[in-house]
Amino acid sequence: MEALTSHLSELGHGLVTTVELTVVTTVGAMLLGIVVATLRIAPVPLLRAIGTAYVEVFQNLPLLALLVLFVFALPTIGITFPLFTSAAIVIAVYEGAYLAEAIRAGINTVGVGQAEAARAIGLTFGQSLRHVILPQGLRAVIQPIGNICIALLMNTSLAAAVGVVELTQAANTVNLVEAQPIAVFTGAGLAYMLLALIIGQVTGLLERRLAIVR
Amino acid sequence: MNKTQQILFDEPGPRAQRRIRIATVLGAILLAGAVVAAVYQFASHGELAAARWEPFTTWPIWRYLLNGLWATVRAAAATAVLSAALGLLLALGRLSTHRPLRWLAGAYVEIFRTVPTLLLIYVTLFALPQYGLNFPLFWKLVVPLVVSNSAAFAEIFRSGILALDRGQTEAGLAVGLRRGQVMALVVLPQALLQLAPSLVSQLVGLLKDTSLGFVVSYTELLYSGQVLSSYTHLLIQTFLVVALIYLVVNASLSKFARVLQARNGRFGGRRGRRTAELPPPLLEGNTPR
Repeated sequence: MEALTSHLSELGHGLVTTVELTVVTTVGAMLLGIVVATLRIAPVPLLRAIGTAYVEVFQNLPLLALLVLFVFALPTIGITFPLFTSAAIVIAVYEGAYLAEAIRAGINTVGVGQAEAARAIGLTFGQSLRHVILPQGLRAVIQPIGNICIALLMNTSLAAAVGVVELTQAANTVNLVEAQPIAVFTGAGLAYMLLALIIGQVTGLLERRLAIVR
Repeated sequence: MNKTQQILFDEPGPRAQRRIRIATVLGAILLAGAVVAAVYQFASHGELAAARWEPFTTWPIWRYLLNGLWATVRAAAATAVLSAALGLLLALGRLSTHRPLRWLAGAYVEIFRTVPTLLLIYVTLFALPQYGLNFPLFWKLVVPLVVSNSAAFAEIFRSGILALDRGQTEAGLAVGLRRGQVMALVVLPQALLQLAPSLVSQLVGLLKDTSLGFVVSYTELLYSGQVLSSYTHLLIQTFLVVALIYLVVNASLSKFARVLQARNGRFGGRRGRRTAELPPPLLEGNTPR
């Protein structure tokens, strides 16, 4: 226990970094997900192909391989970002593919009649997407999106492997100093569970408030 | 084009066709721009030079990378078998009629679904050896992967079992089978068939997880790439090739999952199955084998 209390500031910084990374990447991945899902249902074949390729590539590559490629290999062709930014970009791009698929599943739940009605009153592709399809489609997949956010939270720990000092890395460092693995790692595990619980609660709340009961 | 893609637009008329052409040209220009920018970045740092790519046409380099891939496959196979077995036990535990069993399995799944695998790897790397549990390298990667993946498998199995029509269980009990027999003879065979696509998808996730061997220094594919690049100093080339190998393997697996999904839709759907599995009519001379 003392191992935890005497290193509260390190662990706290790690926790804050994890939360920051999670929030930033969730927002980024959500935006990317909406864009890619839109590409995948666009009337233009080329755009659909780009959307499909994006999802295929980023769902089938290991996140750690992408992180390593981005952080260690891209600098050799002169592309360098601060470490936190790199990790945030890669995780957002990676999770964006999963969110795009979830959002597309949501769009598929919207009745064809809704889209036809939207076109019949003269809405364009973008307008019917923005005002009719997405508001209904997104509400249908709040729970899956929440699950992806929890997976994203767990995936932020991979940033540790390329040197970002977030919660997992902080726990590891403190353990190397204190040699109290049980206390330190259990503490970190509990913190992750707490964060996942919060995401779960928020999704549950959103679901109850927003979901359309058909 | 299938129905789902066509929700948002009709058959394009002349004006829409013109717009689609314009969007195609703009998209192509943007794409070409991105490719040109990438090539320029590579070229301006001398990374396009033939000498920096040529090693990847030689057998020793490929043999090394393929050895890495083989280690990845071995780790993935061990993880898959162990975590599927453990996951099935956990799912049965969660659905059991004994409360303590249900509670234990539930706690396990809820805990390890929300703890990052990397944290578990650090535990096996740095914590367990202090208590005399020093696994060989292979198991240092596989054990934490099994611990976290079995929780994921348990949820897949549980959802599949719960999704099956209750009538199946009730009918099994009604003809006098015990609960275990109903599960083994009636519920599981049907649930597993339905779950085949999800299980294959989980396999892709698990294969990606083995890249954590990078942290353990187990020479699977990603860590092989790291080792190779530290000798050859061909960083970006090596990791691009490694990424390509992952992409080919995992995309084939994903494709396989989609094929299974499509086949389930045709043969395994509730309606299709009922007709398909009716026993052959008992005609004269039609004796069982």
